[in-house]
Amino acid sequence: MSLSLDDIKRVANLACIEVSEAEAIAMMAQLSGIFGLIEQMQAVDTSTIEPMSHAQDVVQRLRDDAVTESDQRELFQSIAPKTEAGLYLVPKVIE
Amino acid sequence: MQWETVIGLEVHTQLSTRSKIFSGAPTAFGAAPNSQACAVDIALPGVLPVLNRGAVERAIRFGLAVGAKINSPSIFARKNYFYPDLPKGYQISQYELPVVAGGSVKIRVGRDENAYEKTICLTRAHLEEDAGKSLHEDFHGLTGIDLNRAGTPLLEIVSEPDMRSSAEAVAFAKTLHSLVRWIDICDGNMQEGSFRCDANVSVRPLGLDKLGTRCEIKNLNSFRFLEKAIDYEAKRQIEILEDGGVIRQETRLYDSDKDETRTMRSKEDAQDYRYFPDPDLLPLEISEAWINRVKAMLPELPEAKRSHYMTIYSLSAYDAGVLAATREMADYFENTVKLLPASAKLCANWIMGEVNGRLHRESADIAQCPISSAQLAGLLLRISDGTISGKTAKDVFDAMWRSEYGSDADIIIKAKNLKQISDVGEIEKLIDNILAAQPQQVADYRNGKEKAFNSLVGQAMKATKGKANPVQVNELLKKKLTE
Amino acid sequence: MHRHGFGIYPSLFYDLPRLANTMLNYSLKQLSTLLAAKKISSVELTGEFLGRIKVLNPNYNAFITVDEKMSFAQAHVADAMIASGQAHPLTGIPIAQKDIFCTKGWLTTCGSKMLSNFISPYDASVIERFNAAGAVNIGKTNMDEFAMGSSNETSFYGPVKNPWDITAVPGGSSGGSACAVAARMAPAATGTDTGGSIRQPAALCGVSGIKPTYGLVSRYGMIAFASSLDQGGPIAKSAEDLALMLNVMVGFDTRDSTSLQRETEDYARNLAKPLQGLRIGLPKEYFVEGMSADVARAVEAAIVEYRGLGAEMVEVSLPNTKLSIPVYYVLAPAEASSNLSRFDGARYGYRAPEYTNLNDMYQKSRAQGFGAEVKRRILIGTYVLSHGYYDAYYIQAQKLRRLIAQDFAEAFAQCDIIMGPTTPTVAFDLGEKNSNPVQMYLSDTYTIATNLAGLPGMSIPVGFGDNNRPVGLHIVGNYFAEAQMLNVAHQYQQVTDWHIRMPHKLTA
Repeated sequence: MSLSLDDIKRVANLACIEVSEAEAIAMMAQLSGIFGLIEQMQAVDTSTIEPMSHAQDVVQRLRDDAVTESDQRELFQSIAPKTEAGLYLVPKVIE
Repeated sequence: MQWETVIGLEVHTQLSTRSKIFSGAPTAFGAAPNSQACAVDIALPGVLPVLNRGAVERAIRFGLAVGAKINSPSIFARKNYFYPDLPKGYQISQYELPVVAGGSVKIRVGRDENAYEKTICLTRAHLEEDAGKSLHEDFHGLTGIDLNRAGTPLLEIVSEPDMRSSAEAVAFAKTLHSLVRWIDICDGNMQEGSFRCDANVSVRPLGLDKLGTRCEIKNLNSFRFLEKAIDYEAKRQIEILEDGGVIRQETRLYDSDKDETRTMRSKEDAQDYRYFPDPDLLPLEISEAWINRVKAMLPELPEAKRSHYMTIYSLSAYDAGVLAATREMADYFENTVKLLPASAKLCANWIMGEVNGRLHRESADIAQCPISSAQLAGLLLRISDGTISGKTAKDVFDAMWRSEYGSDADIIIKAKNLKQISDVGEIEKLIDNILAAQPQQVADYRNGKEKAFNSLVGQAMKATKGKANPVQVNELLKKKLTE
Repeated sequence: MHRHGFGIYPSLFYDLPRLANTMLNYSLKQLSTLLAAKKISSVELTGEFLGRIKVLNPNYNAFITVDEKMSFAQAHVADAMIASGQAHPLTGIPIAQKDIFCTKGWLTTCGSKMLSNFISPYDASVIERFNAAGAVNIGKTNMDEFAMGSSNETSFYGPVKNPWDITAVPGGSSGGSACAVAARMAPAATGTDTGGSIRQPAALCGVSGIKPTYGLVSRYGMIAFASSLDQGGPIAKSAEDLALMLNVMVGFDTRDSTSLQRETEDYARNLAKPLQGLRIGLPKEYFVEGMSADVARAVEAAIVEYRGLGAEMVEVSLPNTKLSIPVYYVLAPAEASSNLSRFDGARYGYRAPEYTNLNDMYQKSRAQGFGAEVKRRILIGTYVLSHGYYDAYYIQAQKLRRLIAQDFAEAFAQCDIIMGPTTPTVAFDLGEKNSNPVQMYLSDTYTIATNLAGLPGMSIPVGFGDNNRPVGLHIVGNYFAEAQMLNVAHQYQQVTDWHIRMPHKLTA
């Protein structure tokens, strides 16, 4: 299977990764190769098989509803790119 | 052409757990920014979610309260999109296999002779995590992100498009609002965002089965906005269609200042959320035993209470509805009636009239009522045993509310000397004096002038400063005049 | 540098004075005995390995971060523990930690520019366990960026070199850890394995490594690549050392929903068991194509050795195993595309220096912060999850994953252990497969299926192939069969010496 340049750009946009035209073209060739490999999957009839999401057949464990975490804002924000008044700052969000 | 409005609601209720749905950080409202955002909530590299039992239990409680199916297993999925208040770049939600499937809610729309009941079906209710908050106040042109709310558990309740007017939508939202507080899964605080509605609105020619193209209106944080936004949106859509236009499927935002909805994003820009089962969370299994335990602890539900009040206390549907609006109100009513079992109607009238009126004027709710149910019963007892008249009782109530001489009716009656004069001898003596002083009015009455009787009653009441038992005054006066 | 113990750091290790040649090959147990007998202090031992790192690392690039001060501080704590009689088998022993494990106060990069400024504010559960055991963190090892790679060439910090041949790759993604152990810069190291990232570099560097059953080692604080496949595990010189490492690393963790709650076991308990009657399954699909002649020779020789130890060989079939690579390259990128969305430049990590608005900040920070291979996989993953492709790719891959797991279940009905080559070839040259992702992906052809099934897998050195580069034997056990696998490996290592051979021409 081969991917189009539009596919690459659409997916890059969804993934929020800027790609130049040249990168997109290179990526298109590489991804098409990889999808060539992936397409081998389609040869198998799996109509009666249940998808397997987890390696172990176990169920979700539940946590008691208790507060176990204390405020570590100062530590966490010491590695943040930009903060003020306890808030993480990012460029203006436009609705 | 006649148009029909079709509405479905999506309601986000914040669940009243102590800790977040996937982390041990607290959920209390109003803390300093990011002071309640732990490593999991700010999505540090390597952190993992673990599901809060309290959130699941609340979802089960809701499912049972609306007669829904509790799915087991149910599956958590990731909804992927980038937004600064979404630290992981995905929201953990449920997509296929939500924890609650189906169910229904009975609503009552309107009052008096136009009132009607309707059943609104639910599609599903699923667990998910709330996002943080973006603060757009000026940080030198930047946006501030507070992740305290990130990870607060939400139950998103989705209805079928079963509503046909904004009134029905509001009635449904209010019924749900009352229910989630009733079963104690959500504090219902709309100002703090604990209960938020999105409305899917479409219109179609009356009689047509096929649904029109819908628009989703986001973030309706009061019942009034919900009503106005739906009315505006339906009108907008009808105008477009009547002008020969077509409705574009889109997400719209209600602007309460301008009372209008406007485009937020069109369907073409709709995100591809790439839902897939969250590999960090395993299938959620809910045992029959757990469901039964929750069922056993479920309080009598508002719907059952209402019919109970109607049959046992002979209350009207409307009265029963008001008294069963919240668990606190129902408790107040029931605790009052318990002390005055023969006077249920009197209790109902007083709670709906004086108590509610007063609370409403002071924007308070029943939990903040300064007069306890026992104290109210004490007051109403004095009406029913004839100690005071209903009119005097209102003065006593006022004094109790203001805590003049405390909130005990008997103390106030005594302190203010409001006890009704019910002594036959005393009233007879009083009437004899009035009759002697007013021979003309006595004659008028005997000549058929009814008005004269009222004037004589009035004089008796005036002479006792309203304390004479009006029933006795009437009876004795009639007796004397016909002698 | 603060020097302790043996003061001189020679250019070639065979010149190391005193304990050098012997001590570099000491097992963890031997080191522990020396420490307990106060023949050497943890501070001295730590100094010795830090010295070796200082000499060798500039050429081999096995470590991203070495922090002598912090290592020595831990060594002092360990010495105090030993002095007060509270020592654990690993107390005072230097352990190299893969830079995927969040380590409080340490730069934790995951081999990426994206985290090139990330001083972790917390410890991964695995790190906590080593700390509690009194082990010394000797440094954070280099790795393929976000564990995506099979050659360590995708690291933002540059490739790691193979100690057996400086022109060869060490394998990946735990290439730094495998190199550190092979070059004896650390007695043992941690790794993580999503598709072979412990076993393949262990094989290519001639050391031993085990990926336990999925769910045994907590993933909390282990930076996620593909959550349903990732599993931490140790790389060391011998099966016996792996057992001691597993004893520390394995354990139930309430902070990881996929962590399994099981009785604690001593992974060294079965090491001495004879292999008489052991049924070894040889998948016929592994021995027909793809394997190069030199690898085949070494693997077959190992099988002969096992026969000599009393094992019997059974032919088994894993018919769907050939689909492992396509399935893996759908599932792992899908999970990764979502797992890596948190790296957006908003709260930590790399933020592009210039941008015009919020979306531009995201797009540029991620474009500049991630390397080419990571971007490739994010795009693949985004594509297979996107609207209209989900069923054909993601769901189909999950269904095939079940078939692959079922193959193993059937095979284990006929045998106790499965063996084959860990890799189709010995270590390839640096740069050789760089430009061809598909060729690179095929080097994990034998290891991926066990991750998909969640089974434990290990690799032990069984000789040398072309250019005197090491060959690894792949040992796959049934779920929770780690103690048995270690026994199988240990018995082999009792009668062979591949595992104590050292690269003798290290470039310093």
